[in-house]
Amino acid sequence: MSDIDLTSRPQESQRLSLERRPFELRALTSGVLTGLTWGIAILGSIPLFSVIIMLVAEGGARLDIEALTALPPAGFEMGGGFANAIIGTLVMVAIATAISVPIGLLAAIYLAILDPHSPLAGTSRFVAKTLTGFPSILAGVFTYAVLVINFGYSAVAGGVALAVLMLPTVVLAAEESMKQVPKKMTDAAYGMGCTRSQVIWKVVLPTGLPGILTGVMLAVAGAAGESAPLLFTALFSNYFMSELMEPTASLSILIYNFSSMPFDNQIELAWAASLVLVLIVLVFNILARLIGQSKV
Amino acid sequence: MAVNPFQHADSASSVSGPPSGGDYLADSIFRIIALSCAALIVVLILYILWEIGGLALPAMAQHGLSFVSGTTWNVGTQEFGVLPEIWGTLYSSFLALILGGTFGVAIAIFLTQDFIHARLAAVFRTIVELLAAIPSVVYGLWGIYVVIPMLRPVAEWLHSELGFIPIFGTELSGPGMAPAALVLAIMILPTVAAITVDAFRRIPYKVKEAAYGMGTTRWEAILKVMLPTASSGILAALVLGFGRALGETMALAMLIGNSNQINLSLFAPANTLASLLASSFPEAGQIEVQALMYAAVVLLLITLIVNIVGLGIQQYTVRKFEGKT
Repeated sequence: MSDIDLTSRPQESQRLSLERRPFELRALTSGVLTGLTWGIAILGSIPLFSVIIMLVAEGGARLDIEALTALPPAGFEMGGGFANAIIGTLVMVAIATAISVPIGLLAAIYLAILDPHSPLAGTSRFVAKTLTGFPSILAGVFTYAVLVINFGYSAVAGGVALAVLMLPTVVLAAEESMKQVPKKMTDAAYGMGCTRSQVIWKVVLPTGLPGILTGVMLAVAGAAGESAPLLFTALFSNYFMSELMEPTASLSILIYNFSSMPFDNQIELAWAASLVLVLIVLVFNILARLIGQSKV
Repeated sequence: MAVNPFQHADSASSVSGPPSGGDYLADSIFRIIALSCAALIVVLILYILWEIGGLALPAMAQHGLSFVSGTTWNVGTQEFGVLPEIWGTLYSSFLALILGGTFGVAIAIFLTQDFIHARLAAVFRTIVELLAAIPSVVYGLWGIYVVIPMLRPVAEWLHSELGFIPIFGTELSGPGMAPAALVLAIMILPTVAAITVDAFRRIPYKVKEAAYGMGTTRWEAILKVMLPTASSGILAALVLGFGRALGETMALAMLIGNSNQINLSLFAPANTLASLLASSFPEAGQIEVQALMYAAVVLLLITLIVNIVGLGIQQYTVRKFEGKT
């Protein structure tokens, strides 16, 4: 029916070559771009190694028992450490966790299980995502406006500022993890006559726990490294904290303050404090990974 | 023979039974608590706007729009203008986006397009994630003692050889735009890379197979098929990375030099809104705090708009692919 003779072969000269020639333009382009991408990937990982090398070389040299147990030195003083800053950071992160985890978890329960498609859930989810990109210094400004103006600088104010930053991470991670719980498990529980809250407490939360903990650990790691929100909420202190309602030292603010000082001793301490801070952050990151691996 | 087969079910010894009134009550109380926590997130952002806006109100009334167009920040004469800070925020973020965006997208391609064995890809992914985990102040410290000394000879050479080009117009005397933008680029790279990797993952595998099946080279497949298909996801990654850069504070406060000037030169010191807040807030008096609150409102609005646009593009992308596959 057609005029085309399917059995005829194209002329030898017309036939497209399927052979791959290494110096053909398109093959060359591909090769060059591949090399470029490798280069970028390796170049991109240099900063991490540079940071780690500097931390170990500069910080490791100064990190001793004194640095971990003594109070920060003044001006020309030699020696000293940052024990109060380690305690301050841990206390404020603990306060932030105590505030953000219960609220975040309950909000995630609502978003994932109780009413996932309601307008409130949609808005709430979108706001949480927006807050993940929220400039951390604005959390500090907000807490300043709400708490510091009335009650003064304190560890509690620092903890609240960090909680604002932790909340969206906890909510989104917990929601994601609860959504992963197989529908048959919850259906089975409902079938046995459980109420909704029983299903949530006895089935969904225990099953989703590894994912939730991963999210919490990542949020904690992030909060431990934050400094902008603490600048004018917790301020700084050269002494050990005696109560929660007073200005409190933190590792990150200590690094910030000491980095611009003209004294070698302080700069060495800033490096040592950075090493400790990065180790704290890494511990929580690694915990998050380990817990995440045990996910169902 | 009329034995009720269900008789044992409601005998007194059975544990089963309909939920009691207490169970119903607990259930609805729990539901209300969870609902209010979800509502709290929405209320939180409104409350943040309300509180910061409320404190900024006196400054807003006093300075009006001249605050945004003014170029001096002088507490003594009570002149407050943040144009140099807005410029510095946008310029540093833009420079960081060009560098960090290119690297982020390239690394995402490297990780997802079968360049390396899956196990090696996991190692690189961990490296990128750790890059995101390092605290901002540590980057600042690293920038002061590693990046600035490293950039100084390069900057000197560029200034003496190519000084007639405005972007190399001044000398690098220490902190400045170039080290700040470079460190900022490193900090947004993980964000861009992670969202771009996600965008590539959403493309069904058969799309790539079809391209390869037609005899494309790997890069023809990437450039002509994968990148256009993932384009909206990559755009979202870039916008969200830009938003991240706008709000970054500590590293910039340590590296940018905190100088109120508008200069195209990469080596001149500058200032950003966030680092203005960080450096002036702790010592500010009543009047300056109001002006700083106004600056915070400006920063808040810029970042909210950029983030909402980015998230909008991201959601559009997700819907697009969920509709197709």
